[in-house]
Amino acid sequence: MESDRLRAVIESLLFAADGPVSAERLQNAVGEVARREVIDALEALRHEYEHTGRGLRLVEVANGYQLRTAKEHAEFVRRLTAVRPARMSRANLETLAIIAYRQPVTRAEIEEIRGVNVDGVVATLLERRMIRIVARKDVAGKPFLYGTTREFLEAFNLKDLASLPTLEEMEDMTRALRDAEDPGGQPEKDAAEDDGKVEASADAAEDTAEDHGDGNAEEYGDGAGHAGSEDPTRE
Amino acid sequence: MAVQVQLKIYEGPLDLLLHLIRKNEISIVDIPIASITEQYLAYLELMQGLDLDLSGEYLVMAATLLHIKSKTLLPPEEEEGEEDDEGLDSREALVRRLLEYERFKNAARELEEREILNRDVFARRGRSTPVTEVSFEQLSVFDLVSALQKVLERFPGPSVHTVVQETASVRERMTLILDTLHRRSSVQFHELFDAARSRMDVVVTFLALLELIRIRAVHAVQKERLGPIVMEPMLSLSEANAALEVDAQGDEYGE
Repeated sequence: MESDRLRAVIESLLFAADGPVSAERLQNAVGEVARREVIDALEALRHEYEHTGRGLRLVEVANGYQLRTAKEHAEFVRRLTAVRPARMSRANLETLAIIAYRQPVTRAEIEEIRGVNVDGVVATLLERRMIRIVARKDVAGKPFLYGTTREFLEAFNLKDLASLPTLEEMEDMTRALRDAEDPGGQPEKDAAEDDGKVEASADAAEDTAEDHGDGNAEEYGDGAGHAGSEDPTRE
Repeated sequence: MAVQVQLKIYEGPLDLLLHLIRKNEISIVDIPIASITEQYLAYLELMQGLDLDLSGEYLVMAATLLHIKSKTLLPPEEEEGEEDDEGLDSREALVRRLLEYERFKNAARELEEREILNRDVFARRGRSTPVTEVSFEQLSVFDLVSALQKVLERFPGPSVHTVVQETASVRERMTLILDTLHRRSSVQFHELFDAARSRMDVVVTFLALLELIRIRAVHAVQKERLGPIVMEPMLSLSEANAALEVDAQGDEYGE
């Protein structure tokens, strides 16, 4: 198939799909085409959306490709749809972060990290389909092990679990945060080498540090996923 | 207009401690235990004074802090080696927990700042509509039990004569219910019992249903108060079967 046409066909497929579509499914739908050509067409589309003043973006999310509105148009879309997105509290977010990084993880292990009971939060996250029971741990009581879902990847615009920032990167951020707040403080053994980089992340850290502790709930993805039968969160 | 008191809500004792540490502009690794303990206790007192519920976790942490403080206050020469270690250990353990908790707080912040679906970015709405958008009532187990009572009324009480008990497996019944739900996409609660021939049968079906709800393979909704209870599948058939599998493995291990 000629490449302009292929690109257009794929655009149609992405529009008609009701969720992120893998390159494999796109390839199967197109028929006589190599995977490489599909990937190239997707890349060309992505570039086109991004650089020609369009209102859509082609993103890689939940191990697939999806058309989403441009971030800078969020306000308009919200006004149109008038759907009030569900909110996610700090408790929900912290618990979700722990599950995302530590999965599969039991409730007791989450509580150990957060220092509080998480029964209610875990129930909410299950309800919103951000997490799911993946197995039972082979210890006394056979507690459930929790992991994140495909809907979690979709809600947080993640291609896969590997695209979460690593905890080491987070550690750098923490260090930068501490240094920023406590300039005269402890010299860290392995302070980041690149000054410019530290500067930048320290700024970012400071921004977020300001709303520390006010328990502000933010608007959230409503977790309105579709039940995909694949299992992209496990590798 | 009444005066509004703004009180920060902390996500537990670790969150409160982190806040105090930050407020005092100190590093987690060298917390001045005595002064932090004092501030921590003062905050708890404030919360109690305002009649705010303090969960037990706050008190456990208070005890931990006091324990560490008492250890550090003892002059070194009067201490036995072991106890010294113990004090240092619990202090170290606390520092480790704080550092780890802070890491995940940062991770949560990172998540929060991503381009979040339906907040920052939007996709076409799929065919499946989220359950939460419909004003269905979520049912408690008690609603289900009272519905069960109605079903049981259809069957006479325990019979006096002995019959050969067929072995009805809850697990088999779970599979059966799942199949029915997926064939018809939603089923009224009482319909699930249409095939029941005995109270035993009814109870097995009910247990199977509760189990399915527990593993979140199905859920029960009610469109209006006192309206019929409708069972709907939450997972695709393959997902549900996988969940059953996981559940079955758990049963094999123990219980």
